[in-house]
Amino acid sequence: MLQLRNATAAEDVVQETLLAALQSGASFGGQSSVKTWLVGILKHKIIDAIRKQSREQPLESGDDETDIEDLQNAVYRDDGHHRETPADWGNPESALEQRKFFEVLERCMDGLPKRTARVFMMREVMGLETDEICKDLGITSTNCWVLLYRARMALRECLQGRWFAAGGAAPP
Amino acid sequence: MMITCKEASRLMSEGLDRELGVGDRARLRVHLAICAACTRVRRQFDFLRRAARAYPGPDEESRK
Repeated sequence: MLQLRNATAAEDVVQETLLAALQSGASFGGQSSVKTWLVGILKHKIIDAIRKQSREQPLESGDDETDIEDLQNAVYRDDGHHRETPADWGNPESALEQRKFFEVLERCMDGLPKRTARVFMMREVMGLETDEICKDLGITSTNCWVLLYRARMALRECLQGRWFAAGGAAPP
Repeated sequence: MMITCKEASRLMSEGLDRELGVGDRARLRVHLAICAACTRVRRQFDFLRRAARAYPGPDEESRK
């Protein structure tokens, strides 16, 4: 599992999910599918596990501390203009229908520095607010915003190279 | 008053995570009105958010 850094932690989460599902069986009213229900519980369990993990083994910040300026200089000239005009992704929504797109997205997220990846997952995949993330990871809001900016710039670049420029959006 | 594309990208990202101040919002709006490149970047950021929210997780079974 991307967010949990070892298999044991992931197995624990799945077990806890099933346990929680069994224990709260009575509260399942049948309004949603069993799958939706289980995924909902799993999501909460993953968030719990990440919080616990962040407390127990804080990530070293080393790999995320390369200057944000360096990253910007790769994209922007000294005068602040784009070095290369950003690509027009057109209507990218069709990518969301394709399993292969999510494999590419996953690989791109895996390529991020660990702390950056974790913050991005918490913010965008789980939809947590930045103040919750800061509190959990013990970082300042400013640091959080910088990490999210770094993640978005890197993912933009990665998706451009591995999906959009590679013709991923076109039918096979 | 004018901001560069570099500054605009930073503001566009932060705008997804916190409410920007009135000044920053105005500067960004003016910049986007005249800058097609940054408008693309903003669409890319927006799409990134939708893609992440739609990400089904690494579990193969949860994908159809």
